[in-house]
Amino acid sequence: MPRAARDFLRVGVPVVLLFALLPLFYQNELLLFNFVLFLILTQGLNAVYGFTGYLPFGYVGFFGAGAYGFALAVMHLAAPPLLALLLAGLAGVVLGLILTPLLRLSGAYFAIANLAAAQMVYQIIANPALADITKGPYGVSLASVFAPRASYAVALVILAFVLGLVAWLRHGRFGLALQAMRDDPVSAAMAGIPVLRGRVVAWLLSALIAGLAGGVFAWHISVFYPETAFDISISIFAIVFTLFGGAATLTGPIAGVLVLYGLYNVIGISVPQYFQLIYGALIVGLVLFLPRGFASLLSRRGIDVP
Amino acid sequence: MSPEPLLEIAGLVKRFGGFRALDGVSFSLGPGEVLGLVGPNGSGKTTCINVISGLYAPDGGEMRFAGRPLGGNAMHRRARLGINRTFQSPRPFASLSVRQNVELAAFYGHAEGPRADIPALLASLDLDSLAPRRAEDLNSAQQKLLDLARALATAPRLLLVDELAAGLNPAELARMAERLRALARGGMALLVVEHLLGFLESVTDRVIVMNAGREIFEGDLSAAVRHPEVVRVFLGSDHAG
Repeated sequence: MPRAARDFLRVGVPVVLLFALLPLFYQNELLLFNFVLFLILTQGLNAVYGFTGYLPFGYVGFFGAGAYGFALAVMHLAAPPLLALLLAGLAGVVLGLILTPLLRLSGAYFAIANLAAAQMVYQIIANPALADITKGPYGVSLASVFAPRASYAVALVILAFVLGLVAWLRHGRFGLALQAMRDDPVSAAMAGIPVLRGRVVAWLLSALIAGLAGGVFAWHISVFYPETAFDISISIFAIVFTLFGGAATLTGPIAGVLVLYGLYNVIGISVPQYFQLIYGALIVGLVLFLPRGFASLLSRRGIDVP
Repeated sequence: MSPEPLLEIAGLVKRFGGFRALDGVSFSLGPGEVLGLVGPNGSGKTTCINVISGLYAPDGGEMRFAGRPLGGNAMHRRARLGINRTFQSPRPFASLSVRQNVELAAFYGHAEGPRADIPALLASLDLDSLAPRRAEDLNSAQQKLLDLARALATAPRLLLVDELAAGLNPAELARMAERLRALARGGMALLVVEHLLGFLESVTDRVIVMNAGREIFEGDLSAAVRHPEVVRVFLGSDHAG
């Protein structure tokens, strides 16, 4: 069996099954949904950061674009939820295309420019002058399509797709080419790999995933405000969860979400300000001292981390 | 009589700020030919390879490959046209296995013709037993061989070799020289930047000596070492004349 399929069966399928069964035993479905959302977002971030090295601090911009893509499709086109969800993914991709020139930057410059871009999209959406279209700062209500069971199930489908995608990136030829150019873009180009095109594809895949996540989020909670959909903590959380477990692996981001988002919900929810502080410090510490996350502690000892 | 040239370079110029790293370099190279490029550090040898391989855009001059202008082709396109290179300091895909390094180059860099026989290629460079290892776990001599293997996996018609011999022991040097001669016998054109003249002599007798971005000599290596300007550049003016 190909390694990608094996990893997906060993890691991806159990995670999806776990979150499919948990609602039978645990009542707080919104919390479970948020877990699924972060499982999707961290793998989306993984697709671009883990495989190309670009760390988009404004990743939430794609999520917000997806949420509003969904909302606008429902409000103005009366689109059914699944169609609206596709348009949410498209909104993420379109924003990704617009921001493609950012890929010329690297390191901190890329991270800052991307954060600023997300902020710009937020300001446009939240602008009261556009209230006829976006409802501006007053928020949207999508009661007509509210269906928490269905949206939870669709979120699980998206999660399965995303886990399968990352498993393929880890072992498939295209993903290996991405890893090669992350390791050394010059020798990758000399090996015949079209570096720029590879980066753009990974970037757009990542934007698509965040757009879908935003869309299913909008569908699930159905009432939200621009500051909810563009909340920078969504970026921060997704980044810290991914870095903590280990980017460029399938299990690392999953472990990061289960451990850190679990901790946050057990002890952090009453003192969220401390957790933002701790998680901010954790990002700095991980980037400096453990850039490949806790998964690298195992792989350094010769243990193969899927 | 030399065959139809594969690579033609005319008046190549590359500036870094006010520094002219290449100051009007011209030469040509045919299939199966080996041309050595020697000169002191900073004379423009590696810059020459960097410009031909597409890492740097030239500021002037012309490059033609197989009769067509080369300028404007990105690195990955040059690889697919049949130009490849090694690097002075090896640049492996560190997190991938040796085999994956070579397989990627064979797939992406090999635009036409039969796919490279990767097991045979690895065996010919003594890398077969290292195939499953991560490239970052190899020592630097092994990484140099991996650089060469990756370049060869693209089935190049022109191979630019940047100081491959540094760090090899005498037995390895002899084997490397034989490998390069075998590639040339197979019709590959080789441009070999090298400090070790003994090694170069075992690969080719035709050299260009560069100094300060210009060619100061082209011809036989044995004649080069007697040429007054070459001697002056390498050993200082006291030894010239």
